[in-house]
Amino acid sequence: MTKAAPRYTTRSKVLVMRETRSAYLFLLPSLFFFLVFVIFPMVLCIYTSFFDSTMGKNVEDTFVGLANFREMFSDSVFLKALRNTFVIVIVSVPVVTAFSLWVSSAIYKMNGKVLSFFRCVFYLPVVTGSVAVTVVWKWMFNNYYGLFNYVGTSTGLIEKNINWLGDERYALACIIIILLTTSIGQPIVLYVSALGNVDASLTEAAEIDGATKFQLFWRIKWPNIMPTTLYILIITTINSFQCFALIQLLTSGGPNHATDTVMYYIYYTAFKLYRYGYANAMGVVLAIIIALLSAIQFRVARGK
Amino acid sequence: MNTKKKMKITPYKVFCVVVLCIFAFLFIFPLYWIVTGAFKTAVDINSSSPSFFPSEWVMSNFQKLFSRQKAPVWEVFVPFGSFFTSDGSKIPLFSGPVVPAAVRWLINTVFMAVMAMLLTCITATMAGYVLAKKRFRGRALLFTLIVCAMALPKQVILIPLIREMSTLHLYNTIWGIIFPTVGWPFGVFLMKQFSEGVPGEMLEAARIDGAGELRTFTQIIVPMVKPGIGALAIFTFISSWNDYFMQLIMVSSTSNLTISLGIAKMQAENSTDFGLIMAGATLAAVPILTVFIIFQKYFTQGIAMGAVKG
Repeated sequence: MTKAAPRYTTRSKVLVMRETRSAYLFLLPSLFFFLVFVIFPMVLCIYTSFFDSTMGKNVEDTFVGLANFREMFSDSVFLKALRNTFVIVIVSVPVVTAFSLWVSSAIYKMNGKVLSFFRCVFYLPVVTGSVAVTVVWKWMFNNYYGLFNYVGTSTGLIEKNINWLGDERYALACIIIILLTTSIGQPIVLYVSALGNVDASLTEAAEIDGATKFQLFWRIKWPNIMPTTLYILIITTINSFQCFALIQLLTSGGPNHATDTVMYYIYYTAFKLYRYGYANAMGVVLAIIIALLSAIQFRVARGK
Repeated sequence: MNTKKKMKITPYKVFCVVVLCIFAFLFIFPLYWIVTGAFKTAVDINSSSPSFFPSEWVMSNFQKLFSRQKAPVWEVFVPFGSFFTSDGSKIPLFSGPVVPAAVRWLINTVFMAVMAMLLTCITATMAGYVLAKKRFRGRALLFTLIVCAMALPKQVILIPLIREMSTLHLYNTIWGIIFPTVGWPFGVFLMKQFSEGVPGEMLEAARIDGAGELRTFTQIIVPMVKPGIGALAIFTFISSWNDYFMQLIMVSSTSNLTISLGIAKMQAENSTDFGLIMAGATLAAVPILTVFIIFQKYFTQGIAMGAVKG
């Protein structure tokens, strides 16, 4: 990343100054949006998490120290939301990674048209947008007019209609299934390009030496696509933690908080209960959890 | 590519293709269900044994969608007018003819996605070039800040953003969605990766020939990183079109909604009129799918390239 550096060390101070000035002129527009609309709210988020704040126009925020954070750990709804979020992450991250790796290794050697057809198909739910995807699944899961109950009862798989999204036992599983269909597209695109970039001479040499398909994959390809795997693990973790649109549109966290996620509970606390400070405190905790998990994944992947 | 010797048909390959086709079917099906649902009659939709193909193609769902709510096709307000009214309301200058609200939502969404795309491409290309090719004070700090910000969940900043936007009188406007999208540092990161591929000798040569900074940028850098700009453009367009959470918290009045929000609201109000909802979903999905299919190649390349050094 720093290979363009060498000849700058001998430059005079005036030149460095001039370069710094012109560099900041180029950076200015981007820096403006970045600092004002990303960094500043981030700081504001941490700051407000120490206050009891209600967004009211005339009500002053009161400093409460760590009370918001303490409340979180005795808030049974938050703990349930945290548990659900972890269930979603623990199921979806390995499934997405393994499935997308399988699909990619099956399609990456196919000819151009077929490859881009499959890649396109698996990317469709991402592009269609969470709202359009969610409303059609809501219809398919519907108790009376839904496709799943019709297919299930007519093939004899289920005895009578199931209220998929209204039943504590099934609701979270339904959410996870929909989430999986919308998170598989990007990893496939990444894996296809990573597998295509694995040095052909390496695999050919291994084949000449009589390596089996299995060895070829684990010894040659897997280490080579490790950076991509790491990236996929991290983005899938972040995306699964942020699962929101599905919950808000399908179940609103119900039945009996069975599908509450942290992201949805943050939204609910801020915009339905107007407890701004508490919502921000949960946001801070969520960010810390995600940062920790990303760091662990990074360590594990790089440590090998 | 040159020798096709490895194209043997093994049982495993047949298995792969069969399973892939099944999954491809499952992934296309919801889309098929949306589009056909939009053209089905109410009887077809509300029957307990769904028909897989509309028994009769009707436009009534779209008619219902377009007659539900109305809004002016465009409105122009006095710039910064809301700073001067006592209740913070905007001062209207002039507005277009009244059309179905869904059309207005579509216009809003296109406007939002296009503006976000243009601003992101311009600012990110400039910043990416500088970060890749210049050595200046604060560069390392800035780059660290960008990488850290990218690793954090975007949703966390959106709640404080509301308060900031209402102070700036940008709450409940499309600009309130556009600005944070432009500020998100992924674009800068992507363009930095692309700019690094520009050979330093070319920049030196331009400098010796007496080209100023701006000339160097527009005549050398921009043409060289065009594939990156293309990828970033499509990526920003699609992701801002689909960024439901941001839209949900930022805008609320009927004439400012985006198409996704409009459909979501409609769904909340009449949750069992699936024909109407599918008509809305079709309207929301078809434009963005068309854009995606046309620019598919750049898009998939761009995502892959941006992640190479992630």
